Parts: sequence; C-alpha cells; structure tokens
Amino acid sequence: MLTLAIFVPLLVAMITLAIPRRHEHLARPLAIWTSFIPLVVVAISWKRFEFGTGFQLVESLTWIPSLGISYKVGVDGLSLPLVALTAVLFTASMVFPFDDRGKPRPYYATFLFLEAISLGVFLSLDLILFFVFWDLSLVGMYFLIGVWGHGNAQRSALKFFLYTLLGSLALLLGILGIYLYTNPRTFDMVEIIRTNPVPAGGLAATLIFVALGIGFAVKTPLVPFHTWLPPAHVDAPAPASTILAGVLLKMGTYGFIRISLQMLPETFQRFALPLGVIAVVSILYGALVAMAQTNLKRLVAYTSVNHMGYVILGIAAAGALGVGSEASRSIAMTGAVVEMVAHGLITGALFLVSGSILARGETYELDQYGGLASRAPRLAGITMLAAFASLGLPGLAGFVAEFQIFAGTLGVFPWLAAIGLLGIVITAALFLRMIQQVFLGDLPARWDGWPDLRKAEMYALVPLMALVVVIGVTPSWLVRVINTLSQVVARG
Amino acid sequence: MTREMGQAALDILPALVFAGGAILLIFYVMFVPRALQVWSALGATVVLAVAGFASGWYLGRAPNITFFGTFAADRTWLWGTLIIVVVTLLTVALSVDWFRSDPRQGEYYVLLLLSALGAVLLAGAVDLMELIVAMLLSSVTGYTLTAFHRRSRAATEAGMKYYLLGALANGAMVYGVALLFGLAGGTSFADLRSGLVDADSTALIVGFAMVAIGVAFKLGAVPAHQWMPDVAQGAPAPASAFLLVAGKVGALIVLMRLVAVLPESAVGWRPLIAVIAALTMTLGNLAALWQDDVRRMLGWSSVSQTGYGLLAIVAFGRSDLAVPSLLFFLAAYAMGNMAAFGVVVKLRGLTDRESFRGLGSTHPWLMGALVVSFLSFIGIPPLGGFAAKLLLMGAVIDSGYAWLAVLTVINSAISLFYYARVMGPAYFDSADEPRPLMGSLASWAVGVAVVAVVAIGVAAQPLAAAWQALSPLTG
Repeated sequence: MLTLAIFVPLLVAMITLAIPRRHEHLARPLAIWTSFIPLVVVAISWKRFEFGTGFQLVESLTWIPSLGISYKVGVDGLSLPLVALTAVLFTASMVFPFDDRGKPRPYYATFLFLEAISLGVFLSLDLILFFVFWDLSLVGMYFLIGVWGHGNAQRSALKFFLYTLLGSLALLLGILGIYLYTNPRTFDMVEIIRTNPVPAGGLAATLIFVALGIGFAVKTPLVPFHTWLPPAHVDAPAPASTILAGVLLKMGTYGFIRISLQMLPETFQRFALPLGVIAVVSILYGALVAMAQTNLKRLVAYTSVNHMGYVILGIAAAGALGVGSEASRSIAMTGAVVEMVAHGLITGALFLVSGSILARGETYELDQYGGLASRAPRLAGITMLAAFASLGLPGLAGFVAEFQIFAGTLGVFPWLAAIGLLGIVITAALFLRMIQQVFLGDLPARWDGWPDLRKAEMYALVPLMALVVVIGVTPSWLVRVINTLSQVVARG
Repeated sequence: MTREMGQAALDILPALVFAGGAILLIFYVMFVPRALQVWSALGATVVLAVAGFASGWYLGRAPNITFFGTFAADRTWLWGTLIIVVVTLLTVALSVDWFRSDPRQGEYYVLLLLSALGAVLLAGAVDLMELIVAMLLSSVTGYTLTAFHRRSRAATEAGMKYYLLGALANGAMVYGVALLFGLAGGTSFADLRSGLVDADSTALIVGFAMVAIGVAFKLGAVPAHQWMPDVAQGAPAPASAFLLVAGKVGALIVLMRLVAVLPESAVGWRPLIAVIAALTMTLGNLAALWQDDVRRMLGWSSVSQTGYGLLAIVAFGRSDLAVPSLLFFLAAYAMGNMAAFGVVVKLRGLTDRESFRGLGSTHPWLMGALVVSFLSFIGIPPLGGFAAKLLLMGAVIDSGYAWLAVLTVINSAISLFYYARVMGPAYFDSADEPRPLMGSLASWAVGVAVVAVVAIGVAAQPLAAAWQALSPLTG
C-alpha cells in the first residue's frame, strides 16, 4: 500500500506530460486529485498504526541482491508523521493557484514527481533506495526553481543544486562506509539499525559520522552550510518554497535521526554536545539575520534556519545517552519531531502567503507595504496566525514543539537550552515587527484596490492552519505516534 | 602445431570475427561502385552482430590463457568485447547519415572495425608484444578516423596532434616493453610475474612507467590526455564518440591485468595509479569548467571520467568490488557518452554552447537524452553512472584509499557546474526555430543509449550477478 503512495504520483507525472496540448488545462485537476491518493494512504496507515516499536506496513522486493540492495518501504513513529506532512503540503501547494507560465504539464508533472520522490525518502528502508530518492529530490527542485522561479532563478537553482549535491555525495560516502562494515553486505536500514555494524570509537566511525553529518547539515541546513538556502527561497516560486522548507529541509533532520543517531548511536553520543552547540548557533544566527531582513521571503527563509536549529537541538539532546534522564531525552526527541511537522505546516503556509503577496504587490520588500489588514482581513488573519504559531504562541503547534524541545534539553544540556531560548525572544520580535510593517499602520494609496485572498488560496491555506491549531490544542494523537520512536531512541 | 593453432584460433573467435569481417569489407569497398558504398555500413553491422553473438555465446566457455600464452580468453575480455561491440554498433548507426554523401565512406567502416579490433585485442592481452600490436592497431586507426574529413582544418589539426602525442607515447611504451623484457626474460605476463621478482627496482619502475605512459595515452589519462578534447572537438562527431570510449575499455582492462603481475613491494603501482587518477579527474574537470564548445567540454569531461575509472585499478586485488566497479564504469560511461555524442550528431554536429539554448522547447526528446546522459556522468541515481560511482567509491574506500573517494565526490560536484552550463540554458530558456536534424537512425542510436544508461542503474542485478565473481586472468 505504501508503494502506491510513491508510484501512483510517479506514474501520473508521466501521464501528465503525455496529455495532448489542447487538453493541457487538465494537468492541474489531474495532479490535484492524484495527490489525494497519498493522503488516503496516510490516513489508512495512521489508522492501522500499532503502538509497538519497529517498522510497520513493510513492503519489500529484491532489487540488486548481489550488492545487498533491495526495495523496501515501511513506517514507524518518525516517518509516519513526516509522510503525512509531505502528503498534506504537496496537496496544498498544488491547490494553491499559481501562474505556470503556459507550461502546466511540466509544472504539475514535476510537482507529482517531487511528491513521489519526497514520500520515497521518508518511506525507504534501504539506504540505496533512500539515496536514490534523496538525490532525485535535488533534480526535481532544480528544475522547479530554474523554470518557474523569478529574479535570478537559474543562478539560484544551480547554487542550490551544487551545494546540496556536494552534501548528498558526502552522505553517499557515509552510507558506503556503513555498508562496508555490514556482514553479509547489505544496505537494509532495519538490519543496520538493529546491529549497528560500525565499531564505535574508531576513526572510521568518526569519519563516517562526519560525512553523514555534512550531508544532512547541508540539507537541514545548519550554519555554516546554509548559504544556499536564502537565494533558493527568494527566487523559487511560492509553492516550491513551501515544499523546499516544509519537506526537503526535513529530509536533513530525518537523516540525522534515522541514520546518524539510529545507526551510529555511540558515535552520535560522543558528538551530541558539539552538534547541540552548532544547533544553538543556528538558532541564534538564523534569528538575528532574519531580524535584519527587509525582504519578506528572505526573512521567512532565515527563520527556517532558526527553527531547524531547534529541531537539531532536540535531536542532539535525545542522542546524548548517559546525560540527563531518559525521560528528558525522550521529550526532546518528541519535541524535535513535532517541530518538524509544525515548522512544515507553519512555514509552508507563510511561503504560500508570501506568494499571494508577491502576486498582488510584485515585491517582497516589507517597506513597500502597510495597513493591509484593513483591505485584506483574510490574508492578515492567516498570516498573523502563522506568524504567531511560528514564534511559539501557546495553543498553536509551534508551542507544543518548542516547549518539549526546551523542556527535554534543559534536563540534558541546560546551558544550551538557556541560550537557545533567546532565539524565541528574537523571533517573536521579528514576526511582530513584520506584522506591523505589512498589515498595520497606514495603507499606501496604491494598494487601495488590494484584493483579499481568493477561494483557491483559502483552500490551500485553511487546512494547514487548521492543523496548526488542532496540533496546538490536542497534540496527543500526534505525540503518541512519535513517542514510539522517542522511547526507543532515549533508551539507547 | 596446426592443431594447436586451430584451437587457439577457436579460443579467440570473437576477435577473429572483427579481423575477418574487416578484410571482407575491404574487398567489398574496393570493388563495388560508389552508389553501393553506403551498404558497407550494413556489412559492418553484420560483422558486429556476429562478433556480439560469438562473445555472448563464449561467456559460457571455460576461461583460459590461449594463443601461446599471449591472450586471456576470459569473461572479463568477453564483457569488454561486448561493450565495444555495442559502442561500435551505435557508432555505425550514428555514422550512416553523417557520411552518406562521402565517397570514401566504405573505408571509414573498415577503419572502425579495425579500431574496434585493436580495443578488443587490448582487453585480452596478457603479453607485452600483444599489448604493442593491439595498442598500435587501435591508435593508427584512431588517427585516421580523426582526420577522416581531409578538408576540415579542425579534423586534420586534431588528427595531427593526436598522432604526434600518440607517436611519442607509443614510442615510450615500446622502450618500456624492451626494458621489462630485458628484466624478466620474457614478454608474457606470466614471465613478468615470475621474472620480475628479483629485478632491479629502478629499472623496473622506469620500465613500468614507460609502459604506463602508453596505456595512459589510450585512456586519456594524465600525462598523455591532451588529445581527448581535440579529438572530441575536431573529429567527425560519430568517430569522436567511438574514439573516446573504445580505447578506454581495452586499456583499462589490460592495465588491470598488467598491474596484477607486478611485484607490489618493488613497484608502488597502487599509489602511482592513485595519483594519476586524482590528477586526471581533477584536471579534466577544471579544464571542462569554462568550455563554451560542447564537444570540447565532453572531451575534457571524458578525461575526468578516465580518472574515475582508474579507481577500479587502484582497488584491484584489495576489494572484491574492483572488477564489478570497472565493468559498471565502462558500460555506464560508454552508454552515457554515446547518448551525449548521439545528441550532438542528431543536431548535425552542433557544438557551440549558445546554440543549445532553448533546446528543451524545440526538441524535448533530445533535451531529455542530454539531461539523462549528463546526470549519469554526474552520478545521479538511479542511472548507470551512479551505480558505477557507487561501486568505484566503495572499492577504493574498501582498499584504504578513502581520500580518492572524497576527491571523486568533490570532482562530481564540480562537474555539475559545467554540465549545468549547457543543460540550464538549454532547458530553462526558449528558442523559436527548430535546429536542422540528422536522419532517424541517429535517433534510434540515442534512444538505445539512453535506455541502456537507465537500465544499467535500474536493472543492475543481472550485470551485478554476472560481474561479481569475475577475476581477470593475468597469465
């Protein structure tokens, strides 16, 4: 069944390309309806999820047995929420109205392709399969930014591709390193997580850990590997930004948990503190640089660096075996995964909103706007809700996540948690200032005719915000699933 | 003696098919009128098909050292031959329309068969004299193929440069062979294995280094790599495609056999090849960076690919991934190169980077083929180039040369830059006028190559199973 979630969008992507030109308007409805299939698969998987441990709903097929490569997919408490997030965000970004510049077929085909690939990354239980999807996500995003981006799109697309390719090749080295220690040789992730084949403490383990770490840090991104992110976001079309921030960045943090932590737990433990320090640097740096931005999209992009810092801080605390209590580590891990979901929904919505603003005002510069709340109450309402969620207002998803991350980290690395908290203060300030600049104050005369959000935009945004509220008010349905992972990780 | 002779001939039948076919074709070309010359392409195709079938059939035979100790009729040779056969077949398909109006086209196909024979003999050589013969056959035909368009200045210049460098490199090789012969008292690799054990190590190193220069020339490896961009740019496009690939197949396999018989304690060949690999991949990539001529860029990228291929040699004997990685590399690189050059041929030799702008809007299928071949060169999964790089890097890490894997990674990322310089404008921008195209045979060749590039990665199991347990005979 999980396989359907990957291959149906992939197949329909090819069909979309083959639609005759005179029927090309069918590409959009076809893509949107297809994107409901992964949603249905997620719903069924969630219902059938058993609160034990280990991987479930596993489907496997031999692929290249001579090299220990197989096709194997499944879910656990970590991947199921991320798969759900992916499915939701892709449907929302395809529903969101977008000027495809007269190329609807390649646009929606690329989107469906990228959806299949992204689901594949989170569902794969074989390292090569994982890497195949991981690398193809770069190719899909490269074309999406290059063709439908604006500004200096080709340059940004190439920069994105170059940086993340270098990261992914480093990741490949790490994967190879692990593979060469398995006996008999296999890329089977379940098997590797069970046996932890790389001998702990040696130089090899350190090198493998560093190679993997670079790969994931580029994608997450962690300071100082983040420089590809702002231009990619600024020049990407809004729906692509949503996917980039909401889904692709999560692949990095997912990798830190699934591969670095679960496959090399002892090595991870040795490096947990340095990783936590880098996370705090990312938190503060992301927040401070975001504070200095005058461009709406750059601002949201840098808050992503900040938020992904929280996630890594939580993961680092969770993997610091032997430090703090098991309960603290477990809470930190749950917080980190909830933050991945929350950031995906919130930032995804913020990028869509900035797409709406760009479509109407043709600039991201904050000082060009003001007083829009009076002209566009729906736009203002959704943006404010998302901004408040992002800065961690209680009752919304961001709070649930950040509270748990810091509560957990306090019991493991109290100093890091204390310094990291400053990040929340700064983001609160910058979001409040952003809201004030865009929506409050005087309305410039030229925006007198500013239209509010249209129906199609609301269809995309309202479900995202609804989920943010639901997770904020009753997070237990999500937390219960994630806890199955957190307990395993925290126990070590 | 005659019986032995017969047996030996039978053992190397797939190679003899090339030789016999080429001779028959010469007679055809000499005696039929101009109007019928175009059918010589069909003749070459038949020869290649027979050679291909013979090789495939021979895979079931027991491997042995034959032809009086000079030739390894083993599966590595047969697989190498099969790759060369496919490459040559695709080259013929690309050539038909390119040379259709050329009155001397018949000779071209004869040369092509002989050049392929040179590469096939290289892949099986386990004797230094045999090595020289194969190398010269492959080289001499190569010079002629490069300069086949006599009136083209670019072609004659490329041919001349290729020849001068080749004469020098092959001369060095012959000198090196003489040295090794003197040291070992014999020319077969078996003699080298037993005779070089107590040899004077300085003379041994000099001898090996000079032979290595000859092999490096064939491979397009540092320090004898300069011909590759010239040939890629100046030779007739179908011939470039062939020359960049075929020699590499033979030379890498023979290099693997040769290093295996050297006493590793006296000749530090492993670090030497590692350094050559590192220099070759880096130099090729850096030189390709700012090329505005797509064919020249492909030539330099071909140099860098040679660097990756050499990783398999570095790992030989230390990692069980070495031999499969070599064959995966050869197959994936060969098919990727045929696809990329196939697109160039289909576009009638179009080579200026600017003139590729907007290709995606006018010729989406050719654009797709170009993207697939470039992504395979970079090593994006699930394409063939990825399978090759995965195994090559695995093999060197396994052999204690992890730094080479790191360098491969850095180089692969750099290579994205120059591929994207062509791919980006071609796909992202739009153009109004379609380019003039070559006939449909070229499309078939491109299609087959692209499918092969994908299949080598996605359907790798049969190949992985066949290549996993291969161990090349070394006499």
